[in-house]
Amino acid sequence: MDASSQKTKSLGAAQGTCCSCQPSEEEMLRSLDVVIDGFAKTEGALIPILQTAQNLFGYLPKSVLKHISLQLKIPYSEVTGVVTFYSFFSTVPRGKHVVRVCLGTACYVRGGGQVLDALRKRLAINVNQTTDDRMFTLEVARCFGACGLAPTMSIDDVVFKRVRPGKIAEIIDGFYSKGENVKEGVRHA
Amino acid sequence: MPKLFVNNQEVEVKPDATLYDAAKVLGVEIPTLCYLEGKLPIGACRVCLVEVEGAKTLVASCSTPAVEGMRVHTNNKRVREARRMVVELILSEHEGNCQYCGRSEDCELKEIASHLGIEDIHYKGEKPAIQIDSSTPALVRDSGKCIKCRRCVTVCREVQGVGSLFPQNRGYKTMIGPAFAMDLDSVACVQCGQCAAICPVGAIQEKNDIDRVWEALEDKTKHVVVQTAPAIRAALGECFGYPPGTLVTGKMVTALRRIGFHSVFDTNFAADLTIIEEGTELLMRLKKALVEKQPVSLPMFTSCSPGWIKFAEYYYPEFLPNLSTCKSPQQMFGALAKTYYATQKGVKPEDMVVVSIMPCTAKKFEASRPEMNASGFQDVDYVLTTRELGFMIESAGIDFRSLEDGTMDSPLGISTGAADIFANTGGVMEAALRTVYEIVTGREFPGADLRLGPVEGLAGIKAASLVITGTVPEWSFLENVEVKVAVAHGLANAAQLLDQIKEGKAQYHFIEIMTCPGGCIGGGGQPRYTDDAVRLARINAIYKEDAGKKLRKSHANPQIKKLYDEYLKQPLGEKSHHLLHTHYHARPKT
Repeated sequence: MDASSQKTKSLGAAQGTCCSCQPSEEEMLRSLDVVIDGFAKTEGALIPILQTAQNLFGYLPKSVLKHISLQLKIPYSEVTGVVTFYSFFSTVPRGKHVVRVCLGTACYVRGGGQVLDALRKRLAINVNQTTDDRMFTLEVARCFGACGLAPTMSIDDVVFKRVRPGKIAEIIDGFYSKGENVKEGVRHA
Repeated sequence: MPKLFVNNQEVEVKPDATLYDAAKVLGVEIPTLCYLEGKLPIGACRVCLVEVEGAKTLVASCSTPAVEGMRVHTNNKRVREARRMVVELILSEHEGNCQYCGRSEDCELKEIASHLGIEDIHYKGEKPAIQIDSSTPALVRDSGKCIKCRRCVTVCREVQGVGSLFPQNRGYKTMIGPAFAMDLDSVACVQCGQCAAICPVGAIQEKNDIDRVWEALEDKTKHVVVQTAPAIRAALGECFGYPPGTLVTGKMVTALRRIGFHSVFDTNFAADLTIIEEGTELLMRLKKALVEKQPVSLPMFTSCSPGWIKFAEYYYPEFLPNLSTCKSPQQMFGALAKTYYATQKGVKPEDMVVVSIMPCTAKKFEASRPEMNASGFQDVDYVLTTRELGFMIESAGIDFRSLEDGTMDSPLGISTGAADIFANTGGVMEAALRTVYEIVTGREFPGADLRLGPVEGLAGIKAASLVITGTVPEWSFLENVEVKVAVAHGLANAAQLLDQIKEGKAQYHFIEIMTCPGGCIGGGGQPRYTDDAVRLARINAIYKEDAGKKLRKSHANPQIKKLYDEYLKQPLGEKSHHLLHTHYHARPKT
C-alpha cells in the first residue's frame, strides 16, 4: 500500500466521532498493552494483536507498530513485513466506511472491474484513497470466499452480492441520505 | 539411518538429513541460491529441484527429508528443464547490469544460469521498480538485483540477532529491506555486512571507495599510508585462486607497494598497542573492584569490533559502561599515523591520508564516526574491504601470484604474533592474557603454545577460567583469584551471553565479542563464499602466522616500547586518553 497515494493523513479524524469522547492515543495504547499482555505466552500472536490495534486506532500508525515491535521483541522490519503483506491492514487513516471490491478471479471475470470503476467515479477517489468528507475509503480485496455470489463488494462488515455497476450510486447515496445502518450480513445489490 | 538412492547410487545419511545433504555426501552438487549452512532451509529460490520416483511433482531438495528407500534423480531432463525455467523466471525480473556489476566475477546466479545452459529468457514483461539505498557509509542495496532468496533476512535475524531486513509488501511487489522499505541508515542496522557476504547476487555490496583511494595516491601533495588488518593476510589469496587458509602476507605487502602506497603498515602494530592499553584498563578495573572496593563496571568487554559497538549502542545500552574505552586497532592506528608518525615524518596531518584494508564493512562506518577525529582530522580516511583490495590489485594489472614477498615498513608495521590472532574468535582474549598474565605474575602465560584451547574454535559462546598464583607484589591482590573469561562471536550469540549476565546466570571478568561468525576472518568484507570450512582454514593460517613469529607477546614489541618511551609515556596516560580512548552513547532502536 503506497502511503503517498493517500488523500487523508491526519490521525483520529477518520473515526467520525466527536473529539471529546474519543479516547486519547495513550489510553488506546494502554488498552492495547492489556491485549498484548494477554498474549504474553502465545507464539504467533502478532496478527491478532495487529487486528486489535487496527480496531482500536482505525488504522495502524507507525508509532503503534514500533510499540508492538518493542513489546513483542519482534524486529520492526518483521512487523511492517506482516502489515504490508495483508491487504486488510492499513497504515493510513481511513474513512468512516471501508468499501472493498473483490478482484479475485471469479469476481474479476464477472465484472468486478466495472464495479470498481463505478465506485471510483461515484466517490471521485482512487483505490486506497479516502473521500474528502472522510466517509469512504476504497480498497481492493482478494476474495471474500463468496465466489458463487460474484461479483462481490463489501462495505464494512456487509457483503453485497451480484453487484451491478448501475446500482453503485444508489448504495452509496443510501449512506448519505438515510445514514445507512450497517450490520453484518449479505445483501443483494 | 535412512538409506536411499541418489542418481542410482546408494547412500546412507543421518536421520535428519535432507535430499540436498544426501547428494552432497555422494559429491553431487545441487545448485541453490537460498541455502545457508546450518540454518533451517526455507525453499525460497526453487532452484534445487530434484525428482523423487513416485512423487507427483518435483521437490525442493533443500527442504525435503531423506526417507528410507527413496530414489532421487538430480540431473535428468525433467529436472534440468524445471531448473532452467525457475532460473529464467528469476532472471526475467533481475536488473543485473552484469557488464558493470561488482559481482560479475563471483555472481552465483550468473554461474548457475551458465551451468544450466540458459541462452535466452523466454519470459518478458514488466520489471519491479528499482530502489537503490546508499544511505550508509558501509553498504549499498540495489533492489533491482535482488532475487528475494532471503539469505540476508536469515543471517541478519538469526546469526546477528538484528533483524533489520525482512520482506516488505507482497507477491510481485515484494522488496527485501528494512521496515516499509526505508533506507538502512534509518533503522538499527550495525553494518556488519554479513548480508553482503552471503548475497548470491549484487543486491547488497560494500560501498566502493577504490576510486577515492586512487585519487589520493595520484595527488602529489598527499602522503598516503596503508594499514592492513590481521585477517586480510589469511584471505586475500582467495581473490587470486589460492585455497582458503593460504597466507599471503608478503605478496600483499609487495602488491600494496606496487599500487603506490608511500608506507605499508600493519594494523597489527595497533593491535599490540590495544593489548597494552586494554590489558592495563582491565587490571585497573579489577584493582578498583577488589582493592578499593569501588563500584566498577565488570565484566569488561573488548571494543575492537565496530558492529558489536553499534549493536551495544542499540540493543544493550546498559552495558556501554562495560565496554573497554579503547578504540579499535584501526582507529588507534589512524590517530597515531596523523600525530606520532606525521611528526616523525615531517608531514602535516592534513596532508596525510590513511587507508585501511579491513575484512569488514562496519569499519567504513567506524572511520566516519564523529568520535574518531583525535588528530584534528578524520583519523582514517578510507576503508577498503579485502574484496576491494583484490579488485584494486587486479585492476592495477598486478600479477599477484608471481609477486615476491615484501616486509612491512617501520615503525607502524612492526608487530607480534599476539596481534595476528586478533583476526579470529578467541584471539584477542589469548593475546590479552599473554600480556596480562605476565604483568601480574612475571611469568609467561602457561597455556600450551601460549594458547587457551577452550576459547578457540567455532562454538558460539566459549568460557574459561584460571586461578592466578605466584603474583608479583604490585598485583598481589590477584593472588588465588579465579579470573573468568568468555568469548562470543556472531551477535545473536553475544546477545545470548549478555542476557545470561543480565539475569545473573553467568559471571565473568573479561569478555571478548566479535561481530561476525569466526571473528574478523569471517567478516562481511572477506572473499566469498565463507562457510565453516573456510573459517577454520583461515583460523589455522592465522595461528600459523602467530607461531612463526619470533615475538608473540604484545608487550615484547620493541616499537611499542619505543612509542611509549618517546611519545605516549604510559598506558592510560594523558596522551593515550586523548588519542586512543573514547566513549559511546545509546542509540534509539527503531
